Amino acid sequence: MKARDDIAQSLSACGYIADGELATAITLMQLLRRPLLLEGEAGVGKTEVAKALACVHGTELIRLQCYEGLDQSSALYEWNYQRQLLAIEAHRGQPDTIEDQIFSEKYLLERPLLAAIRRATPPVLLIDEIDRADDEFEAFLLELLSDFQVSIPELGTIKAISIPHVVLTSNGTRELSDALRRRCLYHYVDYPDVDREARIILARIDGASAQLALQIARLIDSLRKEELRKVPGVAETLDWAAALVGLDVRDLKDQPEMVHDTLMCLLKTHEDRARITREVTARLLGKVA
Amino acid sequence: MSCCGTTPDHEDMNAVARLVAGRLGAFLKTLRDNGFAVGLSEGQDAAAVMSAGYADKPGLLRSAFKHLLSARKSEWDRFDGLFDAFWLGKRVRSRSLVAGATARANSPSLKSLRDANAGQPEPHGATDQIPSDETPRDAGGEGLREGASRVESISDTDFRKLADPDQVALAHEAAARLARAMRTRLTRRDQLRRKGERLDLRRTIHRNISHGGVPIALVHRRRKHKPLRLVVLLDASGSMSPYTAVFLRFIHGVLDAFHEAEAFLFHTRLAYVSDAMKEKDAARALDRLSMMAQGAGGGTRIGESLQTFNRWHAPRVIHSRTCVMIVSDGYDTGDPALLGREMAQLSRRCRRIVWLNPMLGWDGYAPEARGIKAALPFVDLYAPAHTLSSLAALEPYLARL
Repeated sequence: MKARDDIAQSLSACGYIADGELATAITLMQLLRRPLLLEGEAGVGKTEVAKALACVHGTELIRLQCYEGLDQSSALYEWNYQRQLLAIEAHRGQPDTIEDQIFSEKYLLERPLLAAIRRATPPVLLIDEIDRADDEFEAFLLELLSDFQVSIPELGTIKAISIPHVVLTSNGTRELSDALRRRCLYHYVDYPDVDREARIILARIDGASAQLALQIARLIDSLRKEELRKVPGVAETLDWAAALVGLDVRDLKDQPEMVHDTLMCLLKTHEDRARITREVTARLLGKVA
Repeated sequence: MSCCGTTPDHEDMNAVARLVAGRLGAFLKTLRDNGFAVGLSEGQDAAAVMSAGYADKPGLLRSAFKHLLSARKSEWDRFDGLFDAFWLGKRVRSRSLVAGATARANSPSLKSLRDANAGQPEPHGATDQIPSDETPRDAGGEGLREGASRVESISDTDFRKLADPDQVALAHEAAARLARAMRTRLTRRDQLRRKGERLDLRRTIHRNISHGGVPIALVHRRRKHKPLRLVVLLDASGSMSPYTAVFLRFIHGVLDAFHEAEAFLFHTRLAYVSDAMKEKDAARALDRLSMMAQGAGGGTRIGESLQTFNRWHAPRVIHSRTCVMIVSDGYDTGDPALLGREMAQLSRRCRRIVWLNPMLGWDGYAPEARGIKAALPFVDLYAPAHTLSSLAALEPYLARL
């Protein structure tokens, strides 16, 4: 299918090495106009998908970071009260047309969700870590995502000018409602396999040789199989690769000391750091060849 | 539908479309039978996908359907097998065709759980090994009573030995203090937000209409107050019987002080006891409860009780600021794999899981029971709770919730 291959190619042109399934998912997003729900461990590159998608469509990325207590006024819209008060003061004593004026576009503060439906070209709307938001917000989002319209009491209903490409991400800290899941296409983002991770390193890190990228990817792969509290994600891989390239390491096996000393890029808890001793590093390096 | 090699005429096309629609319907039904929540709109979209050129490429169609029709990791993992079995007639292990529980036993998360258990280190440096010739029930009996009786102060007296009303009153007081500590804990975000309290202009203007719009009375944005909720699951089985009475009192104290608290008893099944617990008169509440706890004393089915809890009660009683407190010795006569699975589900839902184990305070106890081993990876705090001082030691931890 042509559309799908095109998408895989444009994604890789944007620096995102996707697997075939993700390309299918993005094709479907366009075909069915449904939001895409990405789930997976922290650090597998869920947010990157949205960024790459914005790059593919050549459009703006509007991001809404969710947190507990997130409410409509910080997600949708708010009136610019300060300016409204100033306008009232300025018009004191003049004919009373002021009411119409202060509840107009000029005094409306767009927040991410309203911004996303009022763009002329459809942007990518990233609703990041939806599982951190409260149930109430999830329910509110449901309505917006199905109708793509918002009613503002003073202005009336605002219909979407263009339907944004919506990407939601979740780390699974809270179980999402079935209603939200059912509205979305679902994609589980896993850690990349060795081959894909090596290609990601090559695409992102200037100066990394194919051999080094493959060695790094293999080492990370076996590291992820160790019992760690915090398994290194793709972002950590890239940090480490950049560090190794910066330190002028050409071949991991030539510089085991350097490899061990730079593992702090990957191991982010004290316990993990203690668990991966020099002997373990040496064993992992043995598998790299 | 471009499924046939030759160019079909109109009538053939209709017949083919009907056939495909029928097959699609049957596939959606198979998915529903396997626990997928597939509705009408998904059916329509699936048909749209098929007619958009995916129908003659099984690999692509599978991937497209997978995104469209699965909604969570467990479904995502099982989808390929179901698809291949239905559309490609591939033989898959019969297990993956069976709904729910059995298929999930194959999921990688459980595998990693089992692996993790294999190398599970002993928490809390429990010393030595449990005497091998004693069954767990016996371990709760004679030998260990000696250990407790050496201790003199009330707060270090094992709950089993609390008989004197004064001591019981003390226990009650400790429970109430604990409850106060846990009642409202602000998250870091709340604290930050409180520092920079913002004006609520909408309300300020409304309030000052009578002053002609001059903002004399300021209204600040109110913090959404969401108190911590505590859900207690108390094991009332035979092995716990020396403790049940005191813990019932403890829970009564907790429920009294908490605005948001729920309590459940379990042994071979789960019972919802919050209403009985909320009785103001402690004696009457305990009476009602001991009636409900009757029939206890047999084996403990922690896994099944948790399953009931997750299925029927959790959506109602758990929100994002819920701490689940399980009070149990972890001797489970049910399937440990089930317990592990249900604990995993529970841990995804709530903020913290605290497991209080009266036996943990005893010298020589190690969590050898298979049940507790399956549960431990999902427990945020595993602590002893056999004396008042061990309960009090929980305070600082719960204060951080």
